[in-house]
Amino acid sequence: MNKSVFFGALTVAGLAAGAAAASTLDDVKARGKLNCGVTTGLVGFAAPNANGEWEGFDVAVCRAVAAAIFADPNAVEFIPTTGKTRFTALASGEIDFLARNTTWTFSRDVDLKFDFIGVNYYDGQGFMVPKALGVSSAKDLDGATVCIQTGTTTELNLADFFRANNISYEPVPIETNAEGQQQYLAGACDTYTTDASGLAATRATFETPGDHIILPEIISKEPLGPLVRHGDNDWGDLTRWVLYALIAAEELGVTSANVEEMATNTTNPEVARLLGAEGTLGEMLGLDAAWAKNAIASQGNYGEIFAKNIGEETPIGLARGLNAQWTDGGLMYAPPFR
Amino acid sequence: MTTMSDPQQGSFRLSMLLNDTRYRSYTFQFIALMLLIALMAFLGINLVRNLAEAGLNISYSFLYVPAGYDINQTLIDYNSQSTNLRAAVVGILNTLLVAFLACVTATILGVIAGVARLSNNWLVSKMMSVYVEIFRNIPVLIWILMIYTLMTAVLPAPNAFRGDNATSSMLFDAFAFTNRGIYVPAPVWGPGSMIVVATFVLSIVAAVAYRKYAVSLLFRTGKLLPTGWPTLAILLVPTLLVFFVMGSPIGLDYPALKGFNFRGGLQIGAPLIALWLALSVYTGAFIAENVRAGIQAVSKGQTEAAASLGLRPKRIMNLVVLPQALRVIIPPLISQYLNITKNSSLAIAVGYADITATLGGITLNQTGRAIECVLLLMLFYLTISLSISAIMNVYNNAVSLKER
Repeated sequence: MNKSVFFGALTVAGLAAGAAAASTLDDVKARGKLNCGVTTGLVGFAAPNANGEWEGFDVAVCRAVAAAIFADPNAVEFIPTTGKTRFTALASGEIDFLARNTTWTFSRDVDLKFDFIGVNYYDGQGFMVPKALGVSSAKDLDGATVCIQTGTTTELNLADFFRANNISYEPVPIETNAEGQQQYLAGACDTYTTDASGLAATRATFETPGDHIILPEIISKEPLGPLVRHGDNDWGDLTRWVLYALIAAEELGVTSANVEEMATNTTNPEVARLLGAEGTLGEMLGLDAAWAKNAIASQGNYGEIFAKNIGEETPIGLARGLNAQWTDGGLMYAPPFR
Repeated sequence: MTTMSDPQQGSFRLSMLLNDTRYRSYTFQFIALMLLIALMAFLGINLVRNLAEAGLNISYSFLYVPAGYDINQTLIDYNSQSTNLRAAVVGILNTLLVAFLACVTATILGVIAGVARLSNNWLVSKMMSVYVEIFRNIPVLIWILMIYTLMTAVLPAPNAFRGDNATSSMLFDAFAFTNRGIYVPAPVWGPGSMIVVATFVLSIVAAVAYRKYAVSLLFRTGKLLPTGWPTLAILLVPTLLVFFVMGSPIGLDYPALKGFNFRGGLQIGAPLIALWLALSVYTGAFIAENVRAGIQAVSKGQTEAAASLGLRPKRIMNLVVLPQALRVIIPPLISQYLNITKNSSLAIAVGYADITATLGGITLNQTGRAIECVLLLMLFYLTISLSISAIMNVYNNAVSLKER
């Protein structure tokens, strides 16, 4: 009898533990800050600056979500994750939101039970080689030693590319971008491969960036986007529409400089709905009416975030390319705010 | 005594479980056991429930789908289309390889350092103290990273061997030391080479038999046969004869710079070297201390008695002190071997493809099957450690004091 009472108590305890999971938004609000997973350091995308504050393209998305919820872009705890730890961190609830140039793939979406909320950077995998190597195409890399971040889609693309072209290579698996940079510069590998944006960001930190070239072949599609856990659709919707708000703001001409003025004076109904002057979009998300206004005011629109962190004016120097607005021939396209 | 305290038939009452000292300890042990089982059950139920809630199920079917990634050091055939299971086996073999190599070199290093630390030569003993204290007091991960960084930074890239004004050249045109690894000539097994190998194996058997005969002759008649040069002769002469009679069936494949890297020959990758060296010198320092403790545990009277019989110092060490010291050395040596095996899981730090890097790293990442992979890893390390322990215990029983 003692035993059955004991197991009864156990079952109750187990049920109580199971039922404790509340909605992510409530958890975040109760905590007072957003836990956001980022890279361990990739200049331009997410890296601490000289004052120890995180900044970058992915960081801006985290800050925009925090601004939409708390009207405070600094209500974020940044949690550095490696390619290996990121999914466990998200699945276990250690982070609420993962913005770590993560490629949207079928198996990650379906099998790993995550929801990609959109794409903030359309990328592709490339190769960086020293100019002195005299290589002009990735197909000349037969027999080369390749440094590759382990636990990434690039690892699989690399194997596929060399197999499809019937050439051989020797992989040198590395854990972080910093390690890859060190191995590559020491000549322990002939070429370093990762997303082309990551290569540009890494090259920008070299002493002599001009001595290295990024080969023309882009061997894969890498739509990079933030993601959340499966199962909390409200949270997925909230984060998704914050990202779309940033993209739509660029299309509609709303910038961090004119957002206050537009919020009161605009004649465009969609801008009015976006910025909370008309309609109840914020309320539908469980936020206040100024959610998008706060996000845009703190980080700027998508174009501003791009230009400030990774654009042509920065050392990383990436062109908009596929990441231009659809009106400029790019792929950035936000659904209507209605 | 026992008959007096035996309970009478039928006199057992339930309250005696608490009040009677004969039964009380059983009661508490039973309660403790129940609590332990309940805790385990709670953890297990919790795990299954949480997994079910997250929509995850335990499944090992991922082991049979293509892995999709390449591995830089494979002892068996492997390509990116092989299954995850095969990738795991490649990892297991790599783990066993580095663990075996490191155990051998750590033992050699440790025995030399341990004996030398007791040397009367001041310089030798102090140098060994410095070695032991430095290597055992810095974490092994730091040593692995340091040796690897030194290798990649100091040794030349294969590029440096290229062209007319190359800055580096190969040693004897056969060995190349690069920052990606060391390239050495590899044997090429032609037809008939197996006969040469068989001859060599037979020579080893013969040499061992000869040495046994020499010892038994010494014990029976006191006649001392030379062992050094006859052993060498038995080992080499027949093999060399057969080798040339068969027309040199075993050739050498020399590494040569082709394209980006050296091709041909045998490549010992930089990660393997870094891991192997670091584990050897680190664990060697611990083994040195075990050896020193073992030798010092043999009473000085043994040495003096042996010396008074006229034995020379080297013979005293080999015939009197070491055999007795082994009894003290072997048990801690087992745990050092286990440490090497377990520490080899730090391989991922330098990109060595051991089981933690393949199954517990890339496969885990690409399939997202974390719990399954980690359970398999635990099972593997447990099996290997228990096997090493079992083998070493057999050896320990063989050298331990036979009590009659």
